[in-house]
Amino acid sequence: MTVAVNPTQTGEPLFYLADEHPHPEGYSTSLGFWIYLMSDCLIFAILFATFGVLGANYAAGPAPKDLFDLNLVAVNTSMLLLSSITYGFAMLTMQQNKVAQTQIWLAITGLFGLAFIGIELTEFAHMIHEGATPQRSAFLSAFFTLVGTHGLHVSCGLIWLVTLMVQVGKFGLIEANRRRLMCLSMFWHFLDVVWIGVFTFVYLLGVLR
Amino acid sequence: MSPDLLKLIFGRLGFESLPLHEPIVVGTFAVVALGGAALLGGLTYFRLWGYLWREWFTTVDHKRIGIMYMILGIVMLLRGFADALMMRGQQMLAFGGSEGYLNAHHYDQVFTAHGVIMIFFVAMPLVTGLMNYVVPLQIGARDVSFPFLNNFSFWMTVGGAVLVMASLFIGEFARTGWLAYPPLSNIGYSPDVGVDYYIWALQVAGVGTTLSGINLICTIVKLRCPGMTMMKMPVFTWTSLCTNILIVASFPVLTVVLALLSLDRYVGTNFFTNDFGGSPMMYVNLIWIWGHPEVYILVLPAFGIFSEVTSTFSGKRLFGYTSMVYATVVITILSYLVWLHHFFTMGSGASVNSFFGITTMIISIPTGAKMFNWLFTMYRGRIRYELPMMWTIAFMLTFVVGGMTGVLLAVPPADFVLHNSLFLIAHFHNVIIGGVVFGAFAGINYWFPKAFGFKLDPFWGKMSFWFWVTGFYLAFMPLYVLGLMGVTRRLRVFDDPSLQIWFVIAAIGALFVFIGILSMLMQFAVSLLKREQLKDVTGDPWDARTLEWATSSPPPDYNFAFTPVVHDNDAWWDMKKRGYQRPLTGFRPIHMPSSTGTGVILAGLATAMGFGLIWYIWWLAAVSFVAMLVVGIGHTFNYHRDFDIPAEDVIRTEDARTKLLAGAK
Repeated sequence: MTVAVNPTQTGEPLFYLADEHPHPEGYSTSLGFWIYLMSDCLIFAILFATFGVLGANYAAGPAPKDLFDLNLVAVNTSMLLLSSITYGFAMLTMQQNKVAQTQIWLAITGLFGLAFIGIELTEFAHMIHEGATPQRSAFLSAFFTLVGTHGLHVSCGLIWLVTLMVQVGKFGLIEANRRRLMCLSMFWHFLDVVWIGVFTFVYLLGVLR
Repeated sequence: MSPDLLKLIFGRLGFESLPLHEPIVVGTFAVVALGGAALLGGLTYFRLWGYLWREWFTTVDHKRIGIMYMILGIVMLLRGFADALMMRGQQMLAFGGSEGYLNAHHYDQVFTAHGVIMIFFVAMPLVTGLMNYVVPLQIGARDVSFPFLNNFSFWMTVGGAVLVMASLFIGEFARTGWLAYPPLSNIGYSPDVGVDYYIWALQVAGVGTTLSGINLICTIVKLRCPGMTMMKMPVFTWTSLCTNILIVASFPVLTVVLALLSLDRYVGTNFFTNDFGGSPMMYVNLIWIWGHPEVYILVLPAFGIFSEVTSTFSGKRLFGYTSMVYATVVITILSYLVWLHHFFTMGSGASVNSFFGITTMIISIPTGAKMFNWLFTMYRGRIRYELPMMWTIAFMLTFVVGGMTGVLLAVPPADFVLHNSLFLIAHFHNVIIGGVVFGAFAGINYWFPKAFGFKLDPFWGKMSFWFWVTGFYLAFMPLYVLGLMGVTRRLRVFDDPSLQIWFVIAAIGALFVFIGILSMLMQFAVSLLKREQLKDVTGDPWDARTLEWATSSPPPDYNFAFTPVVHDNDAWWDMKKRGYQRPLTGFRPIHMPSSTGTGVILAGLATAMGFGLIWYIWWLAAVSFVAMLVVGIGHTFNYHRDFDIPAEDVIRTEDARTKLLAGAK
């Protein structure tokens, strides 16, 4: 909204808006959500830093080389990356106002996310079964917390996704729902970016170490 | 019932959890219970619950939420100050073989609770309350960006305060000091509920603080009225912006570090343990990466208040507006580069210590620039020594002393001597009381007439002022002396009788402050009774300069009937000088957010979840967590969160003001 704030033509200064329009609904939402994401990013930053400091403290326990199965992690990573692409498709169809197709892409995104969580949990179960529990060493504490926090975020994203699918089904692609889908889109891609960091610093560099 | 079943239902909670063996706590409980019962009974008798629920608890109006924050801060001040008096009494008495009257178990809780309450539940609510109240008015907005979130944030802060207060009577509080350093705070050395109370109180309140930070940033960035460019914002709004940026950029760190500590305690991970590769110093680093910005979170808004007050009561434009803004921004950035000065003795070596010592000293430069700006604003001004200005002068004198001892502590070799001593205690009380508390009082006295339509009583205000200020010096100057003599903090008993006199002086100082607090309560009561004499109908009792004084006192729900347009830093002053005429016709319906009870419910559930986690009552934690999800998601199905104030209501409100103004002339 641009408003002329210069003195009016009569020379009288303008001190208030006689003809005012309220800010549109959701006027601050995208900025607010960005700021929230950055604060969340800080949470991951601290967890990465903790992993960086404690990540080599194996306490005579297992090290990344003994634990990580890079093939499995690669499959897992592709699940998450594919889910980001499909979410992108959902947003494209949303722009074209196609409710059914949007819902389908959202559902596919959810399935990929579910697969990601499933594989992650399998990996965790396997490690714990081998005695590599979060209690075993500071390295494992930091590993489980960093990766687990990401997984927890994805799980929250899934709950959110289902909620939005219900709302889109009920109320259609109204303005409020578009805004919400956009926020979840930012959240989903953000988690993707964080995962790239996890994949690189925790898994790849871990195996190299 | 079988012990297993009892454990399933009540977790660790049992009759032995009630501190019946502590006569002081039992006495306090009796007083609180009687007072609480009287309050609740009174509310029920006068049928005020409905009114409170509809008009206050569920409100999304930033002004009412701001007032509730202030009330929370003042109530918690009484609790935090009671702890302070108990400590001063104990340290004054515990000489020559005397054990004083507090046992170690109780005393350690008292000093921990004092610190936690004063920072999180007194200073933070007071600062947040003032920002909440004033910022939207100063920028010509109708409310904050996310009004529901604002209500939710407030109730989460209350939830944290409730947990801290509950620890007094159910179980115990942490005995670790206000930052709960491990390994002491780890499960091996603190197996009881104290640290868990600490963790969950701060986590619950911390969510509220973070969200309120996001909210106010958005408000300032997006909702400024036309014409108000960044460099035309009032200085208080600027400092609020920087403070909220600091909140968003530091509270997540606190969240993580407390989450890691709780994992250590609940799950048995090894982040901060002494064995299995854990590192307690990691905790100390992380918590101060939050903790140092936190002190600037508190003091920057105070700087903003002093700027507004100085320029209003000197009758002059603020000297060096631009430098004030840049100084604020520089302090914001530098506050992230100094955290290590809290533990120079960690053993990080000369180079690291030098770096952090120098960055710390550099902070005094922008702060000094601010001090000179205030002085030059006063220079050749027509200064009116009203209460807000008196607090400002007291701040300037006191804060400079605290700042200088801070620079002294920033020198690593000096810090090695003074570390953990009472000198440090004196220093940070010097800056927090002299800066934040005096700032909050200046702000309360300054904006009270805006919020309630009448000024605060000057006599009791001055009583409060003089008792607070002299009390502060009496209480803390002896601690500088003791610190220089090598007395460390948090001691319960003393051997050297020559020290006692200093503790006696400090205790007298604390009594003075106590009279100051009582005078302030008296000031509120007397002002309420004399509200007709102290009435201000103009909306601008101080002949002030910024937009909040352009509207009525108290402002209508919608703040401004027409959104103002700004041409100058001192927008209202400019309007007054150029013959602004208040519009009398042409009112329209105004779009406003609706009240909702969801914030109260969610925060109540979060508090219940915290309580369940503290006492290992897993079913309670699980049920409240699921309920939070359900209520939270359910809330998103409500798409109609706004309404229009009809034009007739606006006309009625504005006509009433027109009559009042005509009567005043």
